[in-house]
Amino acid sequence: MIDILLSVLILTGAIFTFIGSLGLARLRDFYTRLHGPTKATTLGVGCLLIASAVYFSVREEGVSLHEVLVTLFLFITAPVSAHLLAKAALHLKVRSLVATPPDNDAPAE
Amino acid sequence: MRRLLPHPLLTVSLALLWLLLVNQLTAGHVVLGALLGWLIPFATSSFWPERIRIHHPLTLLRFLGVFVIDIVRGSFLVASLILKGPKRLRPAFVEVPLALETDLAIGLLANTISLTPGTVSANLSADKRTLIVHTLDTGDAAALVAEIKQRYEMPLKKIFEEGSE
Repeated sequence: MIDILLSVLILTGAIFTFIGSLGLARLRDFYTRLHGPTKATTLGVGCLLIASAVYFSVREEGVSLHEVLVTLFLFITAPVSAHLLAKAALHLKVRSLVATPPDNDAPAE
Repeated sequence: MRRLLPHPLLTVSLALLWLLLVNQLTAGHVVLGALLGWLIPFATSSFWPERIRIHHPLTLLRFLGVFVIDIVRGSFLVASLILKGPKRLRPAFVEVPLALETDLAIGLLANTISLTPGTVSANLSADKRTLIVHTLDTGDAAALVAEIKQRYEMPLKKIFEEGSE
């Protein structure tokens, strides 16, 4: 029973991680590409981590909570890196499919 | 009291973080965690100019619930958008005027936006009044802004800023 649950979680995780990476390859400009890794991959990795927590809690002594920490750090770092990438891209005027907003960090001329 | 323990919430969370890191609950580690939680805020005090206060714990819990649901929802949405193909997307930059004033609340809002359906926060204006958000697929920018404000900003404002002025 637990094996079925674990398999489902791992498969779901793998599928979402794959779709996230697919988005990275398939989407057409830098800004839309940012969306794949920040979201689909988050849920994918989340599923894998839940599977890991369940597996090690059941197979070994005691509850395994390291995964909670990994999730926490991931939720803190993924949006921050995405934000910084987007900010840098705006600053460098990376080609975009739509009009970009003004860059407020550009040096005054 | 205030000088000795400048950030009680931070202390508690750091102690819990330590216990999660070592993954075992023994008296020694509880003491060590508490000690670290007490000392680290002093070393990093320049990051925390104001004392963090949570005004409505229940609102915080409800916000976390909405947050988790939206992460799942957002992942499915982005996954389906990617699979449908990039040609159908209607990406756009949207400006969200901010009602939040503290750095922590703005940071949390930006993080939340990046983790939830189809949006990534891209830039904060220099006066901290507008957040520029990139959205993957939108038909109605005004509705999106209204949703962000109502779903995420209002609870954050209530939790971290209400009553502080």
